[in-house]
Amino acid sequence: MLHISLWKRVLILIIILIGVVFAAPNIFYNRVEGHNDAVAAAAKGESLTPEQQAAQAGWPDWLPSDIVNLGLDLRGGAQLLAEVNVDEVYKARVDALWPEFRKALAAERGTLGSIRRLNADPGVLRIQIGNADQIAEAQKIAETLNNPVSSLTGVGQKTLAITTQGNQLIIQLSDAEKAATDDRTMQQSLEIVRRRIDAAGTREPTIVREGSDRILIQVPGASSAQEIKQLIGTTAKLTFNSVIGTSSNPNEAVGSDQEILPSADQKGLYYILDSLPVVTGEDLTDARPDTDQNGYPAVAFRFNASAARTFGDYTQNNIGKPFAIVLDNKVISAPTIQSHIAGGSGIITGRFTVKEATDLALLLRAGALPASMTFLEERTIGPELGADSIAAGKMAAAVGAVLVVVFMIASYGTFGVFASLALAINIALIFAILSVIGGTLTLPGIAGIVLTMGTAVDANVLVFERIREELRNQQKAKAARAIELGYERAMSAIVDANVTTFLTAVILFVLGAGPVRGFAVTFLIGIITSVFTAIWVTRLFVSIWFARRRPRELVL
Amino acid sequence: MAFRLKLVPEKTNFDFFKHQVATFGFSVFMVLASIVLVLVMGLNLGIDFRGGTTIRTEADQTEPVDIGAYRSAIAPLDLGDVLITQVYDPNFRADQKVVTIRIQAQDGQEAISPDTQAKVLESLKSVNKDIKIVATESIGPKVSGELIWTAIWSVLAAVAAILVYIWLRFEWQFSVGAVAALIHDVTVTVGIFALFQIKFDLSIIAALLTILGYSINDTVVVFDRLRENLVKYKKMPLREVMNLSVNETLSRTVMTSGTTLLALISLLVLGGDVIRNFVFAMTWGVIVGTYSSVYVAKNIVLFIGLDRNKEKKDPSEKFFDKTDVATD
Repeated sequence: MLHISLWKRVLILIIILIGVVFAAPNIFYNRVEGHNDAVAAAAKGESLTPEQQAAQAGWPDWLPSDIVNLGLDLRGGAQLLAEVNVDEVYKARVDALWPEFRKALAAERGTLGSIRRLNADPGVLRIQIGNADQIAEAQKIAETLNNPVSSLTGVGQKTLAITTQGNQLIIQLSDAEKAATDDRTMQQSLEIVRRRIDAAGTREPTIVREGSDRILIQVPGASSAQEIKQLIGTTAKLTFNSVIGTSSNPNEAVGSDQEILPSADQKGLYYILDSLPVVTGEDLTDARPDTDQNGYPAVAFRFNASAARTFGDYTQNNIGKPFAIVLDNKVISAPTIQSHIAGGSGIITGRFTVKEATDLALLLRAGALPASMTFLEERTIGPELGADSIAAGKMAAAVGAVLVVVFMIASYGTFGVFASLALAINIALIFAILSVIGGTLTLPGIAGIVLTMGTAVDANVLVFERIREELRNQQKAKAARAIELGYERAMSAIVDANVTTFLTAVILFVLGAGPVRGFAVTFLIGIITSVFTAIWVTRLFVSIWFARRRPRELVL
Repeated sequence: MAFRLKLVPEKTNFDFFKHQVATFGFSVFMVLASIVLVLVMGLNLGIDFRGGTTIRTEADQTEPVDIGAYRSAIAPLDLGDVLITQVYDPNFRADQKVVTIRIQAQDGQEAISPDTQAKVLESLKSVNKDIKIVATESIGPKVSGELIWTAIWSVLAAVAAILVYIWLRFEWQFSVGAVAALIHDVTVTVGIFALFQIKFDLSIIAALLTILGYSINDTVVVFDRLRENLVKYKKMPLREVMNLSVNETLSRTVMTSGTTLLALISLLVLGGDVIRNFVFAMTWGVIVGTYSSVYVAKNIVLFIGLDRNKEKKDPSEKFFDKTDVATD
């Protein structure tokens, strides 16, 4: 056993070498990071500034350049967990159905009687018909408008769930359609959030879907989560509606095709609007900050061709009447149409500050969110605190390593030196694996590495103690035999002990969130590398040393 | 002969079961006391589990921090339950004064609203105009409610996984003993958090799972030796075989606990205040876990007893070539 075959030796050495090479970029963290940023910029086709060129030259291309990602708690930055209110989309969908159903049912008014929409919960359409005994007929007509779901998972199911209650038809989205809608809403929300944050020009944000209706947003370097909230917290749904009248009573009864919305800047003023917009923000091709004729900040916009035509026709037919520009259910301005607006461009005025105008233009360019979001969780860590944490973690790791090494060498002499070398290789391997898999190092992750330094020597300790025992028990036993037996007999304890630890670490990884998961990752990698280093690397050292020295008597 | 540091003499013959009743009784007492402590005093739950906001502020000032001034500055905002504590750490500069402010979850809000946070900062500026917020963490009641369940599930899942593994690899009596030791470790650790009212958050759950891993590691090493010795000394009474096994592995137990504690203590002192509670839980857990491997796990196995007549073959023989062991 003490003899390790050549191919195994070579393999172990290669693994060590690869580990060291891939861990090395982390020692020159800032330099490699600068290099990577410059390379990424070059790949995007940007021309590099002299500083960027210097940064790119700062690390040779042929060396590995993967480095561990620093978690937000080390780098500083902001994190938000947002829940998309997917239900809002149901309401819009169902409201849009009403005109279609009214038309279909009204065609049969002779048999059904009068048709009326009743108030109902959001996302539910309740239609009352005059002749209650004809409700089955009404349902039959309604079903003709019910289309099959177009998603893969919902094959064979209808989009709507149509039931009856007395003389009422109750129409809502079917579960399959709700699921399909949720999925689309989430895709769109992710895309829009990404566009808005990219447009704000922050560094490598992470935007991922979490669970069924949540989005996790991490922006390294952001000074506060509030900034990001402002960017993504507004839906930015823009519509142009015709104005029917104004009112001071927010609860005034309006027709079923009308809605009453407050003015954004005049308290107590409400507009009664046609709820079907003339054109919407979805039809915009461009928006940018501008100034109006008086020099106040405004937002200039441009419609696509078809919306430009619609808007042109509308203005031509309604000269002298006011129309409302509505943003997120508030009327930001209601100018009177002076003339036919052809060409599809215009400006929005509305007592903006320069920043508000800039932000609004950005939001309009990026598009509206399909539904609003609720922020469930937010974390902001200042860069100074992150830097302090790194410094503290480094210090603790260095002191911990020195203590463990001193303790091991004092206890096991030469073998302690081997174990310490294996420990250093172990740490290098952890960093190499973290870098290559793109893992994130968090503060608890550093704690996991320091803890690994303490526990990694365990497998060595088990072996060394066993060798000592064998030396004692069999006085005549040769040193080589004792070492062999030590490794052999300690093996089952090493395996059992590490498998159980591994199990808990896996559970920690699966169920843990955020920083805890960072801890689980380093801990898991640490278990694997420490078993490798303890069983193979130290044994290789021992075997080489033994072959050279050929000690008659072994002191351990 | 070269110098070797030996914390444990070469051959020990301690009778670990001499004070069996006393040590086991002590463990039972500790577990019960911990449960009572948790029930009576409750845990100082962090915002991970109860929702709310922690704001960490920093100010450059040499004079001591007046917590009262902070409190009265924030009081007019009417934020409900507010807890203000100063943070100390050997890494801080002399003029670096750090304070954390914990605010309860606000009605009708999940995460903290931008204007609440702005108002807090504004109010604090009246205490020291250079005060700045270096970190904010805000968790809504919805997420915190979910995290509690995640935490409970993860601890239960870890215990169940270990129970099954030990059962497969050893005898069922061993797995009962191991799990009893784990429950002991977790309870006693949670107990000390209740006693000193240390903040108990998600990272402490991570520490608990790590303790489980560490403690089971210790227990398994002794069990492994016990299994080996049961084959070797077929006639020796169970109690003596156990004692022998603990004695034989004692040097390893002390060495590993030693290196682990060295690493943990350097983290505890130098690793910064952000993870101090987390590291404290682990340090305490390593001590408790080492104790429980010797005094709880083995006592339980001894109480239940092993059926040594229908001795199972050492299952590790299937995995490793151990033919020469049998000739001993």
